Amino acid sequence: MVVFERPHALCDVPLHYCPGCPHGIVHRLVAEVIDELGIEGRTIGIAPVGCSVMAYDYFNCDMVEAAHGRAPAVATGIKRSDPENHIVFTYQGDGDLASIGMAETVHAAARNENITVVFINNAIYGMTGGQMAPTSLPGQVTQTSPYGRDVKTAGYPIKVCEMLSQLDGPEYIERVAVCDVPNVNKAKKAIRKAFQNQIDGKGFSLIEVVSACPTNWGMTPKEALEWVKSDMIPYYPLGVYKDRSGKEETK
Amino acid sequence: MSEKVLMKGNEAIAEAAIIAGCRHYFGYPITPQTEIAAYMAKRMPKVGGTFLQAESEIAAINMVYGVSSTGKRVMTSSSSPGISLKQEGISYLAGADLPALIVNAQRGGPGLGGIQPSQSDYFQATKGGGHGDYHLIVLAPYSVQEMAELTIKGFDLADKYRMPTMILCDGTTGQMMEPVTFDFAVKQPPEKPWAVTGTKMEREHNIINSLYLQADKLEEKNFERYERYKLVEENEVMYQEYMADDADIIIAATGIASRIALSSVEKAREKGIKAGLIRPITLWPFPKAAFAKAAEHCRQIIAVELNMGQMIEDIKLATEFKVPVSLYNRTGGVLPDVYEILGVIENAAKGGKR
Repeated sequence: MVVFERPHALCDVPLHYCPGCPHGIVHRLVAEVIDELGIEGRTIGIAPVGCSVMAYDYFNCDMVEAAHGRAPAVATGIKRSDPENHIVFTYQGDGDLASIGMAETVHAAARNENITVVFINNAIYGMTGGQMAPTSLPGQVTQTSPYGRDVKTAGYPIKVCEMLSQLDGPEYIERVAVCDVPNVNKAKKAIRKAFQNQIDGKGFSLIEVVSACPTNWGMTPKEALEWVKSDMIPYYPLGVYKDRSGKEETK
Repeated sequence: MSEKVLMKGNEAIAEAAIIAGCRHYFGYPITPQTEIAAYMAKRMPKVGGTFLQAESEIAAINMVYGVSSTGKRVMTSSSSPGISLKQEGISYLAGADLPALIVNAQRGGPGLGGIQPSQSDYFQATKGGGHGDYHLIVLAPYSVQEMAELTIKGFDLADKYRMPTMILCDGTTGQMMEPVTFDFAVKQPPEKPWAVTGTKMEREHNIINSLYLQADKLEEKNFERYERYKLVEENEVMYQEYMADDADIIIAATGIASRIALSSVEKAREKGIKAGLIRPITLWPFPKAAFAKAAEHCRQIIAVELNMGQMIEDIKLATEFKVPVSLYNRTGGVLPDVYEILGVIENAAKGGKR
């Protein structure tokens, strides 16, 4: 009896991610959901610019690589091309979604574009070697905030779920984490709901995944997950921020 | 629509796009091309298409990228400052070998410039525009009828060569009204097995991408793309000659400038001056051979441009400096009149420089 296998929606290739990077977990969750909902054959995924730029090699569905930050606009085009059949998701990091692509993110949400956005917030630019992100915490040391993020000059982190949930447009906004098994299970439930919403034609769903970057945080994988709990989650509280159909708002 | 209708150039582009099978338009308001968006906003819902006013030109071109990825015909339009914003997306379209139609109704620049007609985006359009090695097919209409014809042609060429096509017009050709017929035999677009339409679990996944981290792979891709560009240069050059065969003085002009210059050439001929006109219709690929041929017999070529002298560089390269090539130009949105250019021709006929 098979008790554990690779989801079909995930390609049988080695991932390039660093040891301890949660991208692998989130990729798997997305792929499991695609399998369970039986939508691989009509799903089109959009990879960002950032660590997950090569996600197009990892998902078995049709994939498109977008310019930095523009995934929601590309997704809009793909969705509008065949709204009845295409299931479209973007997979984006914090620099991509909340810095250079903020306009595309906000407006896709405002239009209630019927797409699914998986947003990985690890508070740093990973691919380029650890620069300050729009979500880096106050005081966080990065390559471009070597004395710690000084909010007087670098401003404050952006809380994407809080901000987007102020809009009338989006259907579903939830923040989850993948720092331990119970949270991974919750994250999967949220991602599944975000895809189901799209299938049901409900509109824009964004799942923010509070993630970790051991390499650029200069920590071991275990330390990084502990830092997620001790520092990230208090700043980025988990929960459902908007659920128009479900009407539940815990934050 | 085979009868003649009176239309603005911008509207003719929009209607022709719909005839060409384009069902997706994305744009952002900017003068002087907003008629295209307005027309599409009205027409697209009636033909089951999508009109979407994007949050920016950047978003609009990326929506174009999305639709094109799925293999469907798609377009956007803007004017100079907005086209600058689209350059990132245009480079990605070129890098991912995606067809699309982009209209630039040029206005004066640089910066916010003005809203009057201009040809100052010639370099940007013909030499790439965004980052990286690439070309667009660039079509320059000079009448409302041609706005429609070149739109259809633009979609065909984009699909045939898997590259973006730009209609490079200007505020005047976009705004002026002329009779136009839409009597076109529209070709069926080619099959697009590369498109992302969902695997239906029947094939390997398709990937639309412009990233090649291995240097030799990227080089291979670029060489391959330029092989395709070579075919475009061999097969798709379009230009119009008017009394150029025996001309001593040849005016080189495109778009609205050529429209004015044509009348000046006629008037010069009435005065017994052997003047002629070469009007490039494809600005890329540039009609090099036409100019090389002209350089064999004419005494002088005068580039009449609505910029500080951009096309003149291509003419000099094409003629290999065998004849003097001079510039007569107006910029900022100012159009020369027929007698102004006639004066330039007369002066040249007397042996003057300009």
